[in-house]
Amino acid sequence: MHLVIIGNGIAGVTAAITARRLAPAARITLMGAESAHHYSRPALMYLYLGHLRYADVKPYADWFWAENHLELVQTEATGVDVAARTVQLATGPHLAYDRLLLATGSVPRIPDWPGQQLAGVQGFYGLPDLETMSRNTQGIRRAVVVGGGLIGVELAEMLHSRGIHVTWLVREGRYWQSVLPPEESALLEAYFRKYNIDLQLNSEVRELLGNVQGQVRAVVTTTGQELPAEWVGLATGVQPNLALAKAAGLDTDRGILVNELLETSAPGVYAAGDCAQHRQPAPGEVAVEQLWYTGRMQGETVAHTLCGQPTPYRRGEWFNSAKFFNLEYQTYGRVPARPTAGIASFCWQHPNGRHLLRLNFQEKDQAVTGVNALGLRQRQDVWEHWLREKTPIGTVLAQLAAANFDPEFARQHEAAIRRAFARQFPSIAVAKPRRKGLFGLLK
Amino acid sequence: MQDLTAPSLALAQPPPAAVPAGEKLPLAAVALGLLALLAAAADADPGRARLSLCLALALVSGGALGWAWLAFGQRPPGWHPHDLWRRASTSRGAVAWATGVALTGFYVVLYWFPWLLENLIRALDPFSQWLRHRPADQWFLYGTFYTLAVLVLGGRGLWKYRFSRYHLARTASVMFFQLGFGFLLPGLLLALQKPEYYFSYFWPLKYDYLFPGTVAQLLHGGGLGAFMVFWGVVMSFLATPVLTYFLGKRWYCAWVCGCGGLAETAGDAYRHLSDKSRQAWRWEVRLIYPILGLIILLTGLLWVGASGAVPALGVVTGPLGQFYGFVIGSVFSGIVGVGFYPLMGSRVWCRFGCPMAAYLGLLQKHFSRFRISTNGGQCISCGNCSNACEMGIDVKQYAQRGEPIVRAACVGCGLCATACPRGVLNLENGPREGRLAASTFIHADSLRIL
Ligand SMILES: Cc1cc2nc3c(=O)[nH]c(=O)nc-3n(C[C@H](O)[C@H](O)[C@H](O)COP(=O)(O)OP(=O)(O)OC[C@H]3O[C@@H](n4cnc5c(N)ncnc54)[C@H](O)[C@@H]3O)c2cc1C
Ligand code: SF4
Ligand code: SF4
Repeated sequence: MHLVIIGNGIAGVTAAITARRLAPAARITLMGAESAHHYSRPALMYLYLGHLRYADVKPYADWFWAENHLELVQTEATGVDVAARTVQLATGPHLAYDRLLLATGSVPRIPDWPGQQLAGVQGFYGLPDLETMSRNTQGIRRAVVVGGGLIGVELAEMLHSRGIHVTWLVREGRYWQSVLPPEESALLEAYFRKYNIDLQLNSEVRELLGNVQGQVRAVVTTTGQELPAEWVGLATGVQPNLALAKAAGLDTDRGILVNELLETSAPGVYAAGDCAQHRQPAPGEVAVEQLWYTGRMQGETVAHTLCGQPTPYRRGEWFNSAKFFNLEYQTYGRVPARPTAGIASFCWQHPNGRHLLRLNFQEKDQAVTGVNALGLRQRQDVWEHWLREKTPIGTVLAQLAAANFDPEFARQHEAAIRRAFARQFPSIAVAKPRRKGLFGLLK
Repeated sequence: MQDLTAPSLALAQPPPAAVPAGEKLPLAAVALGLLALLAAAADADPGRARLSLCLALALVSGGALGWAWLAFGQRPPGWHPHDLWRRASTSRGAVAWATGVALTGFYVVLYWFPWLLENLIRALDPFSQWLRHRPADQWFLYGTFYTLAVLVLGGRGLWKYRFSRYHLARTASVMFFQLGFGFLLPGLLLALQKPEYYFSYFWPLKYDYLFPGTVAQLLHGGGLGAFMVFWGVVMSFLATPVLTYFLGKRWYCAWVCGCGGLAETAGDAYRHLSDKSRQAWRWEVRLIYPILGLIILLTGLLWVGASGAVPALGVVTGPLGQFYGFVIGSVFSGIVGVGFYPLMGSRVWCRFGCPMAAYLGLLQKHFSRFRISTNGGQCISCGNCSNACEMGIDVKQYAQRGEPIVRAACVGCGLCATACPRGVLNLENGPREGRLAASTFIHADSLRIL
């Protein structure tokens, strides 16, 4: 069997590695336009920060591929002939496949603003973007970042590390409004401002102004403000990369449409990762998942199907994590950004503004439904267990120490959290806590 | 498009990061201090040399602490190794080479040309008389510099890691053990006319503490000497396995050991330089276990020799002992171990040469409750953990497979867990059952990573 994978991101690579394990004899070709080897996209910022070198952000050493008989091709696929089962390449002859996996990822989604073609205006997704950004931010003093999500904060931190003054425009009334409840947004906004980031909420771009050399010089907002900027980063989201799928005539919507086996509309052609859109997402799940771990899970799942063990994609309990400058964030289960009928929400914050824990639970049976943690590390398998077992909030609070994943000697806040909970929900009994602490060393 | 693998990095070649203007002042003080040190070394008049030396130590320490305050104290607390790979001093640039050559040169002078340090040694006489009731020698000079380095750069560490109580405790601990057990206590013993003894070093690291000659000499010293032998045996054969069973080898390597103390303080800026490649790992295994074997063999042979059972043994033990003392004890642990900090990272000796690390490592790997857990499926393969590992462990390879990290080399410094931006890693002691079990969130692939 010849398995051809287009896209050497996490989805494509996980599929290749899993397929190698399941089908030791198969021929596997892994194709990527951006780089010869797979690298970690979330780590791009650390290259700019000078924490790491390019070699450090490759998840596998270069010898890994040859040793495991995974053929790497660095070129762009320009077309797929699903009837003839061939892939057209930008360089070299056609490539015949028995099974094809599209793992083409995303491209930045940028609204149509006048002036966005100016030099010094860019999105941020891959290595070429990083290269452009490194070049264009050298020695500058002022920059504007547009978009209040996770890539926005990364751009702000990157610029801040070089002493560049950052103005950050967020269209919504609060930071990451579509995902975070108000307390989390407020804590983060205060936190960003401590880093002297000029965060401007409720601000939208109207147009970008350039100088005679075609270089950006200012951003005009819808409120009529003119903000000087030598560089503008557009972090307004990403959308599935459909170019190839559309050219091949596959069914697409926002993404490449797939069923639960991640099959596309053409026989022998599959799609996984950022580029795929589930035709029928499980209840409460989204159709397009743009995360590292979902890419990995989809890659692994589809490899089973590709190797003759049809396996439906089941994501399991939702989780995610990120870091905002120095503040770590983790979430497990469902924590809606807005109050939801039938769901009670308890939120504890440390007065120092660096720790927050939110617990959501159902009013009717008190089963815990989700958690947000800022500046506290939570243990995933414990939370997975609590969520799956619909554990009552009282039990969760009593055993909260079991989910503590903070380093040894870190201050523990469980007692304070329980006290706050008792004040807010006096009617809910919290069992006697299990002890952790010094004896935890010998547990 | 091309792959960006070339060492040039091709990322538009950002210029090497410049030192911020404010930090230049304390760094200038350090440079002046080094100049004063040279002056002291060149001055035959002990009084003047002493003045220069005091001035030198004050300038170097004050400058280094002032610089640490500016570099870390002025930023919000947290882990931000910005520009680590873009600064000449920390990315094997010209400054790093110069530092490496200077450090290595110092060891060469110390071991082979100590008379070049005569003026400095004489300048320390009053201090040595006060502390130890005897004149200074080159080892006293070295001990003073060593301890000062641990204290001053430990101070830098306390600033840098003020956000993490684990690192504060760890740094304070190595400072305490170096000052107390490594410097003051041995001095006090000498002042009391007792044999010099370092309570924080044991066999097999301090290999000759259990040689028959040393044991006989110590026992000669009366009750205290007998206690030292007893302490040495207990620490080597009882405390080490027991503590390692409960805490992993970190209780020693990252909390007590003098070599580890220098690596964690003076070497902290260079931890990312350790080689993470498979090749380096193979060298590690090839070197460190034979060295442990060698010292066990030598100690055993010496005891057999001392028993008088095999009179001809001296032919073997003499040269073997000399070889070990010179190649491993001096060249490896000192010259390569510390001199190469700026080029090969801070734990070259611990990783490739230390027999104690080998012994502790075997215990840690096969007989301990210690592991570094990986938090479910959250790893984004960013590589920050591997970058921070001074022992050259490619932590990421384990984390991205969801496997707990159980490696003989790990010294439990905890920096991988600090560097991870997703809170994936945690140093833990726990039940041995299931210690190696991988996370259920990532299905292990069986492809080789080492
Ligand atoms: C800056 C940034 C930070 C992020 N941080 C996080 C994070 O912290 N946590 C998290 O969970 N997620 C994060 N994400 C999202 C995460 O990186 C993506 O969800 C994930 O990388 C998607 O993987 P993928 O394999 O589906 O696609 P991609 O990683 O996009 O890989 C697709 C590859 O296919 C190649 N390709 C496309 N078309 C062709 C063609 N025609 N021919 C050949 N090759 C082609 C592309 O060049 C690309 O290399 C981040 C994303 C960005 C941009
Ligand atoms: S694995 Fe982590 S704790 Fe162990 S030595 Fe490396 S960085 Fe330190
Ligand atoms: S630092 Fe954390 S997220 Fe990054 S590779 Fe290591 S374990 Fe994974």
